[in-house]
Amino acid sequence: MITKRIIPCLDVKDGRVVKGTNFQGLRDMADPVEMARYYNQAGADELVFYDITASVEGRGLFTDILRRVAGEIFIPLTVGGGINTLEDFDRVLKCGADKVSVNSGAIRNPGIIPAAAQKYGNQCVVLSMDVRRVDGKFCLFAKGGRENTGIDALDWAEQGVKNGAGELVVNSIDTDGVKNGFDLEMLDAMAKRVNVPIIASGGAGCKEDFAELFRHPGMDAGLAASIFHTRQVEIRALKEYLRAQGVEMRL
Amino acid sequence: MIAVIDYGVGNLFSLSSSLSYLGLENEITRDPARLETADRIILPGVGAFADAMRKLEETGLVPVLKQQVQKKPMLGICLGMQLLFDKSYEYGEHAGLGLIPGQVCPLEDDLQDKTLKVPHIGWNALHLTRPEDPLFQYVNEGECVYYVHSYYAKHCVESTLATSEYELPVTGAVRRGLVYGTQFHPEKSGDTGLRLLKAFAEL
Repeated sequence: MITKRIIPCLDVKDGRVVKGTNFQGLRDMADPVEMARYYNQAGADELVFYDITASVEGRGLFTDILRRVAGEIFIPLTVGGGINTLEDFDRVLKCGADKVSVNSGAIRNPGIIPAAAQKYGNQCVVLSMDVRRVDGKFCLFAKGGRENTGIDALDWAEQGVKNGAGELVVNSIDTDGVKNGFDLEMLDAMAKRVNVPIIASGGAGCKEDFAELFRHPGMDAGLAASIFHTRQVEIRALKEYLRAQGVEMRL
Repeated sequence: MIAVIDYGVGNLFSLSSSLSYLGLENEITRDPARLETADRIILPGVGAFADAMRKLEETGLVPVLKQQVQKKPMLGICLGMQLLFDKSYEYGEHAGLGLIPGQVCPLEDDLQDKTLKVPHIGWNALHLTRPEDPLFQYVNEGECVYYVHSYYAKHCVESTLATSEYELPVTGAVRRGLVYGTQFHPEKSGDTGLRLLKAFAEL
């Protein structure tokens, strides 16, 4: 059977990997190409790169990094950040990305999902979303989690999948950076609404959090950044632990 | 030299990079003369069957390909593997290259457990039905490879080299004569995939 995936996420700004807590207070971590090599060796199942640069100059650095990573790391690469048009899809796919993740771009223009799915296939289109509870409802947030769109996140996910998204990255703002476990309540609600792989993001603090995540049906992958970057959780040790817990893992 | 056929389907960057990484000379081409010069051919492919088949036919390479596979190894990857079969039932019924007997059918129709997700996407263990095949010279039973597909090859037991379990045995690798195919992506299957490409280059 298909294995569960462990995915380190590299937030890249101006050519460097950074990671914030609750989306604020970015601090420098390391060189993305070096980190990609490390994760490849460590047994990561996939890598996600988010380009959080705003400048044109930074974008150029990012595509250069992507090209270098894709030239020597032969596992699936997902790229997101600043994806608004089909040209953006094209730009990162040409640099070696396998999947492209859209977030705010899909909120501004929901038509990007069916257009990209038709051109590149559903498997290429990842809908990424930042979700936070507001008055007991799961709300979709835009602009890196700063702005409430007022859209129901579960409806948004369902619609996105109907439109051709082949995978969801679901990030809980409520648990992000808190390292107290994934937002299982929200993820369960999401899994009831869609039948595409769900990549859970936000809140992983220790290996037990991943074991707990994969006990929930419908969860396909766990994504994290800082705990992997700081090696607080080491990927190979995590995967060995999960396999011992009965979770299907690639080792 | 390994000729990677460029017929406007899919992204060849990773495939070409992985061959170069292994120190294997490769060329992305649609020039029939280059296919003749090459000592090996790779037929990649991502997307829909009918569209890919039409694009391949438009290059005029089909007769060259059919002739060349009599004398040199060819590897079809993902949709490139599916094109090797007689026909596909992806959105209708479409003829393939007919190099390997079998048909390409929707995976979803054959899965009993409707909670299983389609596309079959992710890492799955490879079960070698023909472990002695030289393609597996450097690959062991149970190693994981990376799949992304919604259709799969059926009625091809004779040519099946390996399968992966997804409630049913999904055809993972096939061979007939010098024609090889993998449903998974060796260029995205980490070290395992690289070892398989190395073995292909040594056939």
